[in-house]
Amino acid sequence: MEPVAQQIPLEHFLALSAILFSLGVYGVLTRRNAVLILMSVELMLNAASINMVAFAAYASPEKFTGMIFAVFIITIAAAEVGLALAIILRIFRNLGTANVDEVDELKW
Amino acid sequence: MIAFWTLAALAVTSAAMIIVVRNLLHAVLFLILSFVGIAGLYITMSADFVAVAQVLIYAGAISVLMIFAVMLTPRSDRDNAGNMLQAPALVLSGLVITAVSMVAVETDWRLADRVAFESTATEIGDALVSPFVLPFEIASVVLVVAMIGAIVLVRED
Repeated sequence: MEPVAQQIPLEHFLALSAILFSLGVYGVLTRRNAVLILMSVELMLNAASINMVAFAAYASPEKFTGMIFAVFIITIAAAEVGLALAIILRIFRNLGTANVDEVDELKW
Repeated sequence: MIAFWTLAALAVTSAAMIIVVRNLLHAVLFLILSFVGIAGLYITMSADFVAVAQVLIYAGAISVLMIFAVMLTPRSDRDNAGNMLQAPALVLSGLVITAVSMVAVETDWRLADRVAFESTATEIGDALVSPFVLPFEIASVVLVVAMIGAIVLVRED
């Protein structure tokens, strides 16, 4: 495979993942719909695994630890999304809304 | 180089569109586009196995789950409304970008000589059964627990 990334410095990937991560932070903090908050969390997980893969490719090419971390991140994200969507559907069935600011039953 | 910039622009703009766009279903479609862009970035780093896993699991399975969740909530709840935290969140995101980018530029990364590996799937498979066998087995337990938990949570009783 032609190593295209050879010309691209590592910092480009790190900055890109920082941008994606902060877009995720913004989405989590500002949106009201629980599904969109979950999507922003996925964006943050993706930013983290871009970092992992970038370090695996640039810093230790003979080991594959970063890529294995990325595979584990994808696995955990699949489990997390399944559970979180089940919780959202349950909340929706019980309270009739999927907006996180309207779910305030625990507020005293 | 061109591939990197194109894919980076694709990933970042569609990630921004997720937050900007009004319709939640369109947001899911932009999320899929962003996942595909990130998978392309993995290929530019010659991480082919992670890229394929990304397309299969994120762009395939997780996005379908998201679409199900959006479809199962009624139309009135499908708008992409914001709350009053816009300004502090913008400041916080800007701080995150500047801090992480400055650290990334300032740090003297000890880079190895890059070798273009032919295929990463064999090495990842080897590593998963020898040094990482315990996390690998635990991941299967986590998946089973999540599956059972999801079934129990949405069951009619």
